[in-house]
Amino acid sequence: MGTHNINFSEQFEFTGKVKTLSIVGIALGAIAIAYGFFSGHQERTFANLLLMAYYFACVCMSGTFFLAVQYVAQAGWSASILRVPQAMAKTLPIAAVILVVVISAGLYTHNLYHHWHADGLTVEGSPNYDAIIAGKSVFLNVPFFLGRQVVFLGVYSIFSIMFVKFSYNEDLAGGLNSYRKSFKNACIFLVIYGFTTPIFAFDTVMSLEAHWFSTMFGWYNFAAMWVSSLATIAIILILLRRAGYMQWVNNSHLHNLGQFIFGFSIFWTYVWFAQFLLIYYANMPEETVYFYKRFEYYKFWFFLNLAMNFLAPVLLLMDRDNKRTDAKLLFVAIVVLLGHWVDYYQMIMPGTVEEGHNGFGIIEIGTALGFVGLFTFTVLTSLSKKPLIAKNHPLLQESLHHQL
Amino acid sequence: MSDIKYILGSFGDPDEMMHGIEKLQENNISIYDVYTPMPIHGIEAKLGIKRSRIDIAAFCFGITGTCCAFALIYFCAVIDWRVNIGGKPSFALPDFIPIMFELTVLFCAFGMVLTYYASTHLFPGRAPRVMDLRATDDRFVIAVDAKDNVEHTVIDGLLKDAGALEIKYNERKYISYE
Repeated sequence: MGTHNINFSEQFEFTGKVKTLSIVGIALGAIAIAYGFFSGHQERTFANLLLMAYYFACVCMSGTFFLAVQYVAQAGWSASILRVPQAMAKTLPIAAVILVVVISAGLYTHNLYHHWHADGLTVEGSPNYDAIIAGKSVFLNVPFFLGRQVVFLGVYSIFSIMFVKFSYNEDLAGGLNSYRKSFKNACIFLVIYGFTTPIFAFDTVMSLEAHWFSTMFGWYNFAAMWVSSLATIAIILILLRRAGYMQWVNNSHLHNLGQFIFGFSIFWTYVWFAQFLLIYYANMPEETVYFYKRFEYYKFWFFLNLAMNFLAPVLLLMDRDNKRTDAKLLFVAIVVLLGHWVDYYQMIMPGTVEEGHNGFGIIEIGTALGFVGLFTFTVLTSLSKKPLIAKNHPLLQESLHHQL
Repeated sequence: MSDIKYILGSFGDPDEMMHGIEKLQENNISIYDVYTPMPIHGIEAKLGIKRSRIDIAAFCFGITGTCCAFALIYFCAVIDWRVNIGGKPSFALPDFIPIMFELTVLFCAFGMVLTYYASTHLFPGRAPRVMDLRATDDRFVIAVDAKDNVEHTVIDGLLKDAGALEIKYNERKYISYE
């Protein structure tokens, strides 16, 4: 399609089957969660809620990260697809509220974080006294913990809303003002994000097993959230294009996203392996306990994780033509997205659910479906509010003529 | 007829040069090669140049590196000189992986540089051979093989029509910097 007949006010209409399905997904999720609570699987339900709320928030905030990276790099290729990560960024406040609610509910009902939050853990002389936890309690105490969550997610949300707002103002006013402001704020955001996401991951996921620690964990989680967000962007773009929207997105844009997914899947594996190798090599009991649990009780998930997040993207996206074919890229993106569910599953489950109560069934699938429905509903709703192209983006022409 | 080996049409503007390529192709005149001071989008497709096979070469070099690294460590650590490290088995595959990874990258990088040198005749110490010096500066040059396309005046005319600033007749294939 030529670039002369682009409809710059093209808008996504969020109606029909997609809307119904997303609401059905949310309903199924609610039923599964209710079932989980009333069938006496509170711990497991909370673990699933945390998993999906964390996943939801991570995908959305990595959407903001994508925007910031594009602004700082002054990337031209992505100018015409920015509305998709912007819709994800706009959803971040909702995701952040859900995550904070799940975390606080889990914390105060002692379903999550009970390794460091229980009576007498830090009181010397108490039968529950735990010297290791007491040593960490300067950092790992309830007010500071919840405060960090709120501040981090709040700051990310504020930047998300700012980037989206700048882009909408640009549509109305034109000129370079909004772009310059986006650039400046993106620089600030990236510094904050780079330093705080590891702490965010330490807090939300690593502290589930508070005795254990790994300095690689933050980057490991960062890689996971970033690659799953890229996969989400690719899926949304391909499906929108198939539904007849955004016809200006060509195979070269998909190629770029495919390269990103390919590269950051390898980066994820690199970080995963760096963490594994150091623990394996040093062979210290307080560290190996993490992999012992996963290897003994979650062996299938352990290897499935590597197969889905490393082997699948490497083997299927190595070829240039596969990155440019939307069916193949869509398939790999879905595999990677499911793969990072498995990744989070075996990060979270061993630390939260007692042996024998864990498993894979209605609660897992239902909660996941519910959050997928919620994500689809919220992101597509915000996507449908504004035109699908940022028509006054200064690098738009470069993106429309993008060719690799 | 003459000693002319190549006819070079030298253009000042890439769009005019692309137009020149079209004109020549319309008249079934085969183009030997095109030299430009910067990459031009879509020129490969227009000239029908096949995709580079450097990726296949890279894969072969890389896999060679992986195998070499594995063979080296296996021979050292498992066959020749077993060392007890932290009670681990001699054949501890996770320990091998970083070195295998690094040698894969090393072989791949060196191999690709050598491939590049070989395919472009750019060995260190060798004077680069070019058809027209200004193609490295500000001119976009279309080279037509004069022996295959005998109607030189027609080629001249087509190139001039397309906007060539200068037509050259090279009696040697390359002029070198020397």
